[in-house]
Amino acid sequence: MSFSEIFVQAPSAVHWLILSSLLFSIGIYGILTRRNAVGILMSTELLLNSASLNFVVFNKFVAPSSVDGQVMSLFVIAVAAAEVVVGMAIFVALFKCRKTVDVTQMNLMRN
Amino acid sequence: MMFQNLGFMLNHTWLIPAIPFFSFLLVGLFIRPRSPKLAGIVATVAVFAAACCAYVLAWEYFHLFPAGTERHALVPWNFEWLRYQEHLAVRAGVLVDPISVLLMVVVTTVSALVHLYSIGYMHGDQGYGRYFTWLNLFTFSMLGLVVAPNILQMYVCWELVGASSFLLIGFYYEKPSAVAASKKAFIVTRFADLGFLLGVIILGYYGYHFFGELSPALAQQMGQYTAGGVVDPFDFAYLTHPEVLSKFVGLGTGFLGVSLLTMAMVLVYMGAAGKSAMFPLHIWLPDAMEGPTPVSALIHAATMVVAGVYLVARTFLVFATSGDALMVVAYIGAFTSLFAAVIGCTQDDIKRVLAFSTLSQLGYMMFALGVATMDHPLGYTASMFHLFTHAFFKALLFLGAGALIHAVHSNEIWDMGGLARKMPITHATVLIATLAIAGIWPLAGFFSKDEILVSALENQHYGIFGLGLLVAGITAFYMFRIYFVSFWGKARSKHAEHAHEAPLVMLIPLMILAVLSVVAGWVPMGEFVSLGGASHGAAEGAHHGINWAVAGPSLFVAAIGISVAWFLYGSGHEERSKSVASSLGGVYTTIKRKFYFDELYLFITHKVVFRFVAAPIAWFDRHVVDGGVNLSGWITRTSSTALSRLQTGQVQTYGAWFVGGSIGALLVLWHLMF
Repeated sequence: MSFSEIFVQAPSAVHWLILSSLLFSIGIYGILTRRNAVGILMSTELLLNSASLNFVVFNKFVAPSSVDGQVMSLFVIAVAAAEVVVGMAIFVALFKCRKTVDVTQMNLMRN
Repeated sequence: MMFQNLGFMLNHTWLIPAIPFFSFLLVGLFIRPRSPKLAGIVATVAVFAAACCAYVLAWEYFHLFPAGTERHALVPWNFEWLRYQEHLAVRAGVLVDPISVLLMVVVTTVSALVHLYSIGYMHGDQGYGRYFTWLNLFTFSMLGLVVAPNILQMYVCWELVGASSFLLIGFYYEKPSAVAASKKAFIVTRFADLGFLLGVIILGYYGYHFFGELSPALAQQMGQYTAGGVVDPFDFAYLTHPEVLSKFVGLGTGFLGVSLLTMAMVLVYMGAAGKSAMFPLHIWLPDAMEGPTPVSALIHAATMVVAGVYLVARTFLVFATSGDALMVVAYIGAFTSLFAAVIGCTQDDIKRVLAFSTLSQLGYMMFALGVATMDHPLGYTASMFHLFTHAFFKALLFLGAGALIHAVHSNEIWDMGGLARKMPITHATVLIATLAIAGIWPLAGFFSKDEILVSALENQHYGIFGLGLLVAGITAFYMFRIYFVSFWGKARSKHAEHAHEAPLVMLIPLMILAVLSVVAGWVPMGEFVSLGGASHGAAEGAHHGINWAVAGPSLFVAAIGISVAWFLYGSGHEERSKSVASSLGGVYTTIKRKFYFDELYLFITHKVVFRFVAAPIAWFDRHVVDGGVNLSGWITRTSSTALSRLQTGQVQTYGAWFVGGSIGALLVLWHLMF
């Protein structure tokens, strides 16, 4: 499969996996570089989305007759929503306490 | 062999060392912190109980084997103590034979009397309870040494008496001189014990190897001590067995043309010489007088210092088989007896005179053993006899000196004087002891000294005989010197003018010991203690008459010694002694400074050993050994400081490391798999 063909054909598993890898990498990059805790939370959402995208893709291309992967990705979405609620609650509490959500200020574990 | 009808004490001999041991624990741990007074009483009662046990034991033992029969060594109680291999084990226990019974009687008697005396002497002392604790520990250790059936148990107890001696010499630990003396005693005897240990190791090593070569009959016989083909190469019965000894002789020459057996026994003798303060290891004993006077009486006169003599007697057959080792014993003993007697004439500290006198008498015991042979073992009996009598009159002299010191508050004989009238009982008892040590008939020292001199003469050691005779004269001289100076004449100090007789609790032991010093000589020792059982026992037992050809001259030299002492130091003649001392000039000073032996040792240790051995070793230790340790510490500290910077507290940094590491690991895996 040449590079140009990737854009011509109907999307196959490889296309979807490249997309999910990109999503994952962007998420990792965001987690490691964002200073704002909310931005980090958003980046983790990207990681979760890339994972649930993988579930759907493998469901479709490996075992199209079953729906296990789709069920799993629904689970992931539900858990991610719950996680966001908890994470945001923590950040609100943290902001009330320290007037900032800049993670570089959170260095109590230093040394 | 087994004896069914052993008496109670023979079956329970272990009680004799056990009573002081448990009393030591009881007094030291529970009674001393609560009531020092009770501690003294309990300790004393315990040792008196042990003494009673020892008397019963002696009665039972000598009734089991009446005079003329062969006296077997019994091991009524033992247990497996150390097991090294399948066929190699050491059994500890108690050994009952004539000399151990004799020593048990002597040790418990003197110890009990010293305990009693100490109740008066140490009254009001800060460390009263501590004192009795250590005294009990010493008594236990000494009894453990005496009853040891193997040389290893003896060695352990040997170190224990050394340790208790150290504790008691340093009893007044606020006094720097006492601390120095205790260290000196410990180091010198410990150094000597190094030789002892090496000797024990040589004997044990070859003893174990011989076991495989022994005849099955003997191996069976050894089963009495060593259950089921297990050898205890340290057992005295094994070491002194003729077959084992002949194997030792068969070893031939080892090192520098000296046979291995001689080498081992000379090393063992080094330990004995250290404990018994033989020349040139004598330097610790005079300083040991820093301890309380009753301690000097018990440990540094009557009991511990005779441990060396006892060790040589215990292993006498091995020494005699070597022959050369026995000559070492004889000549070092003879030299020490003269050397110490000469120094004793010039010392002014009453306890130091007695210490040198002890050295001299120990030399006597040693050379008595040295001149004995297996065919003419009279010296063996004589040595044990002198040990027996000496324990009583020397303990009495020390306790008497303690009473004087108690009254005058000084050790110097020139601070005393005129005490005969103020302290009549002390005077009478000390006079008895002085006459006894001078060898005047019919007191104890006369008989034992006579027997020693006879044994030297009979075995053709004329040089040693003459020397012994000379020492007898010198002994009489220096003993009467201190007697005249301290008891006769005028009081030379305020304290001496107002001296009072000691309390009754101190006088009773003095009186008992005085009685013993009179009667101990009449004990027919040849019938109790002799080498080789019945055959020699009967012959030597018959000897016990007094050989006037020897006793006459020895009485004569003693009389000369006393006369000279009276001439120089008797009432009103003290200026004569000063003129004699000044006319001797440098010789007198040299003797008074103990032939500069302490200075010589100081020179060797400080100038030679410290500078050329200890200092380089210390440098190596400080710079190379410690340097290595410090270096590893420095490396750890530096690297950990550097690494701790990595811990930033920034989770994102950790995450970056984690992701980077994961990618790296993946790449490595990929590289390996494809």
